[in-house]
Amino acid sequence: MTDRALSVVRAGLLTTVQDQGRPGHAHLGVPRSGALDGPAAALVNRLVGNPAEAAVLETTLNGCALRPRSAVTVAVAGAPCPVTVDGRPAAWGAPVHVPAGALLDVGHARAGLRGYVAVSGGVAVDPVLGSRSTDLLSGLGPPPLSDGMVLPLGRPDTLHARVDVVPHVAPPAELVLRVTPGPRADWFTASAVRTLTTGAYRVSSASNRIGLRTNGPSLERAVSGELPSEGMVLGAVQVPPDGRPVVFLADHPTTGGYPVIAVVRSTDLPAAAQAVPGTPVRFVAVRRR
Amino acid sequence: MSALPAGDGMRTPSAGEGMRALPVGDHALLVEVSSGDAAQALHAELLRRRGEGTLSVREIVPAARTVLLDGLDDPARLAERLPTWDIPPMPPRTDEAIEIPVRYDGPDLADVAALWGVPEHQVPEIHSAAEFRVAFCGFAPGFAYLTGLPSRYDVPRRATPRTTVPAGSVALAGPYTGVYPRSSPGGWQLIGTTDAVLWDHARVPAALLAPGALVRFVPARCS
Repeated sequence: MTDRALSVVRAGLLTTVQDQGRPGHAHLGVPRSGALDGPAAALVNRLVGNPAEAAVLETTLNGCALRPRSAVTVAVAGAPCPVTVDGRPAAWGAPVHVPAGALLDVGHARAGLRGYVAVSGGVAVDPVLGSRSTDLLSGLGPPPLSDGMVLPLGRPDTLHARVDVVPHVAPPAELVLRVTPGPRADWFTASAVRTLTTGAYRVSSASNRIGLRTNGPSLERAVSGELPSEGMVLGAVQVPPDGRPVVFLADHPTTGGYPVIAVVRSTDLPAAAQAVPGTPVRFVAVRRR
Repeated sequence: MSALPAGDGMRTPSAGEGMRALPVGDHALLVEVSSGDAAQALHAELLRRRGEGTLSVREIVPAARTVLLDGLDDPARLAERLPTWDIPPMPPRTDEAIEIPVRYDGPDLADVAALWGVPEHQVPEIHSAAEFRVAFCGFAPGFAYLTGLPSRYDVPRRATPRTTVPAGSVALAGPYTGVYPRSSPGGWQLIGTTDAVLWDHARVPAALLAPGALVRFVPARCS
């Protein structure tokens, strides 16, 4: 094997390969997938001089540790966390040189949930339908990282980093999700629609890349029948039979049979990717643009 | 409403009648129609318009009674125009049906026969005589919801879903026939198995069955 590769020393709780996903195949039942915190993934790519479509690693809560076989430039952003190279502190949110064979450790998140690690050249696993993203719903793309796995790296571009350092933005204490009502708000009682935007919800520990689940007041249906399966969008607030809203994230199913009471603005979803279980969630109704 | 011209008895109303366009977030529309046939006709018309370049949209996702249009620049404008579209009913297809060989050996064959009120050996005859069309896909990459059986053959899902349904299982639920592309949990009634590869992401196209495709199930001998 070429030395353009990365050994996984510590895979962490859940670390996956992610890029901009595979939109355009929803009609075949293929989720879009892709980095949950897109701006953070784009940032680390810029920091190491990768093109925007390069694949990065998405970590969950406790980071990961990697050993490159050749010297690389890496950048870590998303959830703030300690970064070390062979035990010595290194910068978070800035390009970091990692010599061949050195150990890069991405530590436990100090705030937020998902970290992003870009490596110069990008993670070069084989693409599936134009994307290298791991899709945890359908199983497309590479499996989540495991200890001992070796990931191929691409050739670095000659691009120079277009940013030097990034401000450290702590994830907010409360997740505010702006929603527009519908398409199935009429399947719920008027008080359920009010409850969604006034109720005290918190992020549930059952959340994952498929959906941000919530704990809080149950939303009562006005229509009791079954909804024939219909297409689902990113950010859809679907209400399953237990009445607790679920916000669809990147690995969401392309069709579903539970009514969607509202849809979250896509610009608010990166924050949802960083909300740890227990974070208060406030749904705010806004006018359609 | 004007009377139909004499001698044009085959003409049916536009499939767009009773259409509702529901806004979905800022960049999508869920277009609801009155029947599965109307949804398929609308889907065909949307593909035609996208093909000729008069409709710009990232995803066109047909489903049971709806078509989702996701990635629209101006959904409100399209919602205003949709009711004025003349949507022709689905024309009879001239392209070849995709043939899927089936061994009718599923564990729910006897239950399906009882639900249909026919002897068990007639289930394969009835099922393989029908011409199916892919109404929509979902549930898993390559899983197609096929319609084509008369409505008297609708069956309920199983009361208790199976934790594992093997890949290649040919199954019925409601008005639909489906083939499991890979092993997964499932509540459909299993009537047979096929060796056809429904999904292979190394193949082009990856999905054997895409919305609108014609399909026939061909009985294969049990080996």
